[in-house]
Amino acid sequence: MNISTWIKALKDTSTIKINSSDDLIIALAGNPNTGKSTVFNSLTGLKQHTGNWPGKTVTTALGEYTHKDKTFSLVDLPGTYSLLSNSVEEEIARDFICFSQPVATVVVTDAICLERNLNLALQIMEITDKVVICVNLMDEAKRKKIQINLKELSEILGIPVVGTNARDGEGLNELKDAIYQVATGEMNINPFKLSYNALENTIAQVEPIINEILDGRINGRWVALRLLDSDESILNSLNSYMEADLWQNYKLRKVITETKELLNPNEIRDIIVSSIIQSAESIGSKVVTFENKEYNQLDRTLDNILTSKTFGIPIMLALLGVVFWLTIEGANYPSQLLFTGLFWVEERITDFFIWAGLPEWLHGILVLGAYRTLAWVVSVMLPPMAIFFPLFTLLEDLGYLPRVAFNLDNFFKKACAHGKQALTMCMALGCNAAGVIACRIIDSPRERLIAIITNNFTPCNGRFPTLIALTTIFISSSLDRFQSIINVLTILGTITLSVIITLIVSRILSKTILKGLPSSFTLELPPYRKPHVGRILIRSFLDRTFFVLTRAIIVAAPAGFLVWIMSNIIVGDMSLLHHSARLLQPLAHLIGLDGYILMAFILGFPANEIVIPIIIMSYLSEGAILELHSLRALRDLLIANGWTWLTALCTMLFSLNHFPCGTTLLTIKNETQSRKWTLISFLVPTITGFIICFITAQSVRIINHLASSNFL
Amino acid sequence: MNNIMIPLNEMPVGSLGKVKKLISNGSIRRRMLDLGLIIDTIVEVLRTSPSGDPTAYQIRGAVIAFRSEEASQIFVESILPE
Repeated sequence: MNISTWIKALKDTSTIKINSSDDLIIALAGNPNTGKSTVFNSLTGLKQHTGNWPGKTVTTALGEYTHKDKTFSLVDLPGTYSLLSNSVEEEIARDFICFSQPVATVVVTDAICLERNLNLALQIMEITDKVVICVNLMDEAKRKKIQINLKELSEILGIPVVGTNARDGEGLNELKDAIYQVATGEMNINPFKLSYNALENTIAQVEPIINEILDGRINGRWVALRLLDSDESILNSLNSYMEADLWQNYKLRKVITETKELLNPNEIRDIIVSSIIQSAESIGSKVVTFENKEYNQLDRTLDNILTSKTFGIPIMLALLGVVFWLTIEGANYPSQLLFTGLFWVEERITDFFIWAGLPEWLHGILVLGAYRTLAWVVSVMLPPMAIFFPLFTLLEDLGYLPRVAFNLDNFFKKACAHGKQALTMCMALGCNAAGVIACRIIDSPRERLIAIITNNFTPCNGRFPTLIALTTIFISSSLDRFQSIINVLTILGTITLSVIITLIVSRILSKTILKGLPSSFTLELPPYRKPHVGRILIRSFLDRTFFVLTRAIIVAAPAGFLVWIMSNIIVGDMSLLHHSARLLQPLAHLIGLDGYILMAFILGFPANEIVIPIIIMSYLSEGAILELHSLRALRDLLIANGWTWLTALCTMLFSLNHFPCGTTLLTIKNETQSRKWTLISFLVPTITGFIICFITAQSVRIINHLASSNFL
Repeated sequence: MNNIMIPLNEMPVGSLGKVKKLISNGSIRRRMLDLGLIIDTIVEVLRTSPSGDPTAYQIRGAVIAFRSEEASQIFVESILPE
């Protein structure tokens, strides 16, 4: 993938389809991490997840709302700090405001660092007059004793300014009113304009020419500045959106070129940016009062602890440990309860089948196949997921994840990768598809591809329960007292291992198919935010439960259906299932698995959650044990089918390192727009898994062999 | 007070510097300017990552981390706290 296809991909996803031509289009712009998506959600009622780390929305989202007699189409633009850096997101935002000509643009700003946010607001005000400033997170500012004089800000800027707490819905009506007034032209606006001393002369000469060529459809002053700033992308955009080629005009070209000969590009850039930033600074000093000069003391103290040289990394592991401990401990009881409940239901359904005199094969397919797999997935997978996800969301909302990237960046630098990859791996703990999408926050295409290809090494939510179940069965079940601690340590070990594998593979990729040096690195550490604990827990618990249940119905039930059929169609002297497993057996044995396990991974391609249920189904159909009500019974079943701790270890390792699930691969295809990189993302973890499992299995076998020949 | 310009990555944690020059070009320079790193901007060195790099800086109210490669392209004049 090269840069241009990546840009195309991003731009394609941002193509906006407005439902009705009568709708008034409103653009929503703002710095990353200002709660812009929350404002969008509260206005439109759509539900996009917002986390406390910069760069969540990269593609645009579209929603509608009605206020008074008008319907508004709200377009959520990518969060950017500026419109001058020429990143893909900035071009998308700039082109939308400039060429789609929304009837109003709302700039969402963060009350805590208003001055910095004014940078973007002032730039947008240069393109369009129809701007409304939304100063969000007023509650956070109040907590930090930061006072903002909204009225004065509005007077200085000459446009409406509304203070909001979007999370609590405060100020949204006023915001809607202001948007309405600006959009309908009810309000007289007289926006503040920046001045650029050394450039004003040139601007005065060029602006009328541009206005004439573009027929006044686009702000000529702004275009003149972009030309002076050697921003070629604006010429391209003008060409493609308006079919206007400014550079054809001789006088314009002459004036611009002469100015550029006088001042070098860096000097022009410095004049432009300095003027914007100094204006923001002077406006900020007029309207913002810090009653408490030490307003960010709490953030600093927290950072001193959470990113401390000595304790930073141990605390990170401990936090993860606590999350997993709560997950494992908390999942125990509900899991058992669901088991009992769902298998009680199975018996009732069976009773019904007998009573109704339905054929046995139908009972087999529907109950023993589809229902039982579904019951398994729900009882084993749902509780850990429904606990882990909300806890993790809490850490995300608090603002902890960027600190993880900060703590670990040097390791990524040594792997020639980007520190933000750590953020994408955090997301992958929830879901690899989400992790792959999160890779958009990495600007450089090379590092972004590395993050995408290696994302699957981080075990997702659908794989934890497998890892936890196998750990419980084979490692900690003999230890009564320390069971949960051993479980947590195993999971932490697994994740550490996955990080190490990710780093090694990233480095190998950087030295082979994705050669290159690390690109520039900047990472913002946003202020910590007090999360709305109750709301997050409930919301994310419900979301997760719904997600798992849907997947169980869509994926697990059909898979169970298929496996039951495979195990009951007899070809020759064996079932189809047995034939397939036997076919896979030699390869599987090499890497410490057996044919059934490898087959389960292959059949589990649609979703990792169903791997263990398929293994169980396969063994059960061989008639070892007919009932299965608990983990203990599962242990007996696995041991009866020849499992040793080595089998369990290799299964865990293979679970950690194998091809991404169907959803993730589709996401990779979408994100990279390339079959080649999708295939590579499939092969890299799979080959790694085969290598690691092969080495593990063979070494243990050799050691066992040596030990037995020496001592017997 | 001294007037010697030193690269930001050589400033000790806890010190303050006033930006005097950016030696980067192209997109990195644009990015740095967008963060507000214009002449005379005051930068405070906050802390270094447990893994040794990057380092976090307080720039115009925001906390931004740079790797040493980026910080070495920002030249500052050391100043004393108020």
